[in-house]
Amino acid sequence: MRFMRLSIAIVALVASAVASPAGDSIRNCTWCHGTSAQGFGSAPRLAGQRPPYIENQLLSFFVHARDNPLSAQYMWAAAEGLNGETAHELAMYFSMLPPEPAMDGNKQLIDIGRLIYEEGSPESDLVACAACHGPNGEGVRQIPRLAGLSYSYLKRRLEEWGEGYHTGAEPPMPGIASKLYPQEIEALASFLSFVP
Amino acid sequence: MDETGAGGPVMKVIGLHSAMLTAIVAIALALAGSADVSGRTAPRPRVGSKVEYCMDCHGPSGQGYHGYLIMPRLAGQTPEYFESQLRAFAERTRERALFINMSRVHGMSPDMRASLAAQFRGFNPSPFGGGPRHLVATGRQIFQEGAPEANVPACAACHGPDAQGEGPNARLAGQLFPYTVKELKNWTSERGSGGQAGIMAPIARALTEQQIVAIAAYLSYLK
Repeated sequence: MRFMRLSIAIVALVASAVASPAGDSIRNCTWCHGTSAQGFGSAPRLAGQRPPYIENQLLSFFVHARDNPLSAQYMWAAAEGLNGETAHELAMYFSMLPPEPAMDGNKQLIDIGRLIYEEGSPESDLVACAACHGPNGEGVRQIPRLAGLSYSYLKRRLEEWGEGYHTGAEPPMPGIASKLYPQEIEALASFLSFVP
Repeated sequence: MDETGAGGPVMKVIGLHSAMLTAIVAIALALAGSADVSGRTAPRPRVGSKVEYCMDCHGPSGQGYHGYLIMPRLAGQTPEYFESQLRAFAERTRERALFINMSRVHGMSPDMRASLAAQFRGFNPSPFGGGPRHLVATGRQIFQEGAPEANVPACAACHGPDAQGEGPNARLAGQLFPYTVKELKNWTSERGSGGQAGIMAPIARALTEQQIVAIAAYLSYLK
């Protein structure tokens, strides 16, 4: 029964990827994000990401709101020809691929990173990431899954807010990320890269 | 010319005062920083106030925010209730089994509690809405008249005719729909059955799920 359900799901997935108008777009994405969408270099993992988050980000590339240099260089053009329907299909497709943790952070920072993630730093008015992103970094609705994203991507993403990029993103992230110290970013990015 | 001459020494004194103040604040921050458990060595410059800290989770005007957790609306809350909940977190009588240490993230001095309570009392953002609209009329009726068949008193009796709250009884107007549902469905496990919270325990138990959803829907649109 389980095998049948799985087979049907796989057939449906492959069929939708090949037959739908999103088929070509999926191939375009995987050139940078990897053939199983686990991310590659500075291109983040898309596998297992929350669909509304992927759609929101594609929109933010489309309107140039996500304006860090790499986004401007690659993603603005990539998102240019997308319509809402294709963006939705892409989001659904990538969200269904099983994610694998990148595990490329500094292992020695895992405990500190976990502490910041779970508790923030109330004494210095830094909120706990877990309140919105979930106990295991799983994300929910439009709030992204963070678990297992690569250290290098998470680090840059958090730094960029402090540098003034993507400040038009929905609050509270631009403000929260700007409060983080470099050591805290190191620890958080390291911890999250190991979360399965 | 005379004015500039007179202003000189005064400015200097003010400058000296503010320099001393800066030094005192810097020392205070350094002490706070050294007590921190997150491994930070340097003190954090105080970019955001505690109000901003609250808003990072409870929404930019305290209107509430639905993240992984449902962070309730704080705007317009009665100061007495506001402070009582911060105390309940500190004393671990509220939501102690959560994956987040609610006592720690809500930890602060009694003075700070009072200041925050006064601040959030003054905010008045539009309610989120979001509850099923077709249940609003039913919800309003239960709120105003209670549910006699289940011996449930009118909510309005304690929370006020417009749900604006009164002293220790919470303001409910504009509260997030999923939050009100969650609280009423899990009253005792989240709030315990002692003290002020105990008053609500039998009421929450007596309500059916349908009635809870209707009340929450009504409140979610209420200004």
